[in-house]
Amino acid sequence: MKLYNRGMIIAGILVFLILATFPFWYGGGKAVPPPDLKLDTPAIQRLKEKRCVESTPYMRANHMKLLAAWRDAAVREGNRSYTAADGQVIPVSLTGTCLGCHSNKDKFCDRCHDYSGAKPACWNCHIIPEEVR
Amino acid sequence: MMATTRREFLKTAGLSTVSLVFPLLPSLALAQAGIPGAGILSPAAPGSLPALKARRWTMTVEPRKCRPACTDCITACHLEHNVPDFKNPKDDVHWISLERVGHVFPAEAHPRLPDAIRGLSVPVLCNHCENPPCVRVCPTQATFKRADGIVMMDYHRCIGCRFCMAACPYGSRSMNYRDPRPFIRKINPAFPTRTKGVVEKCNFCEERLARGMLPACVIACKDKALAFGDLDESRSPVRLILDRNLSLRRRAELGTGPQVYYIL
Repeated sequence: MKLYNRGMIIAGILVFLILATFPFWYGGGKAVPPPDLKLDTPAIQRLKEKRCVESTPYMRANHMKLLAAWRDAAVREGNRSYTAADGQVIPVSLTGTCLGCHSNKDKFCDRCHDYSGAKPACWNCHIIPEEVR
Repeated sequence: MMATTRREFLKTAGLSTVSLVFPLLPSLALAQAGIPGAGILSPAAPGSLPALKARRWTMTVEPRKCRPACTDCITACHLEHNVPDFKNPKDDVHWISLERVGHVFPAEAHPRLPDAIRGLSVPVLCNHCENPPCVRVCPTQATFKRADGIVMMDYHRCIGCRFCMAACPYGSRSMNYRDPRPFIRKINPAFPTRTKGVVEKCNFCEERLARGMLPACVIACKDKALAFGDLDESRSPVRLILDRNLSLRRRAELGTGPQVYYIL
């Protein structure tokens, strides 16, 4: 079998392989530092017990499910208060409750969402109090 | 492979039936229901007045009480709900607006009406119909009717198909053809804005009712031209007005059962 333009074809395949595998060998072995989340907002510092609506491991794993349940409860069922596992009664509000404590959205929510590639559409409508002030 | 025996087949069939009736794992059932597994959700926001409740929320409008050229109800509503002003009638977004009698009641208006009535500006808003056509046509159930009669929108689900706008005989719905944020005069942080590509409309101030407050337009009206209350409650402000006057509903012949009543 004769391969015409052998040089060009092999060079082309090589260039393609290098480009296609570029992300792997460029980033290989390097660990991207985990996001540095800031919990030092005034509202959090004022809390006696530094605790979110639920425990930290629960929130880390399930905050999106909790927010989806809050969304459906408030809009569709008209349920606007949440009784946490420890008995605390909390208003169901993304801007009011969540951002009330986490007023540093860019240093808390965004850093982890950027790191994990999550793109929640919440802020297309829900208001970041810092931005409208 | 050996052919399935009758005994094995019956076992498998039995197990399949049981697993259909009883879900395999409790956690699976929870995941399907979307419950995160902790905490209870209940009505009434903590730290506010007790929620106002009704069997059927209703509004009465008495346009004869309106001062000429007054737009207090519109201003209050649109500030409260972050309604954008695109300054362009083609893109107009409104929750409440003013219309001429001839447009509000096309069947009832005629050339012999006195000028005092023909010239009236009538506040028009979503009628929160008993039988809302917008709810029937919505393909995602983004628009739904609550037990207390409020026709609500779940903007999370709206895909912007505008079937509801075509279905609504009152033009009560507006589409955000552009991002509304830059066109909101002053953003009220207590209420979300909308995003490009969703339809919006009056919600009878359901977020205020939940905090024990009457709708913003009713509170803003200094001439008491708007009244709000429970149609099923004989001493409610709307019943006091409806029991004493001849009231009209917009295009009631269509069978939508509008719940905004006009006294002209």
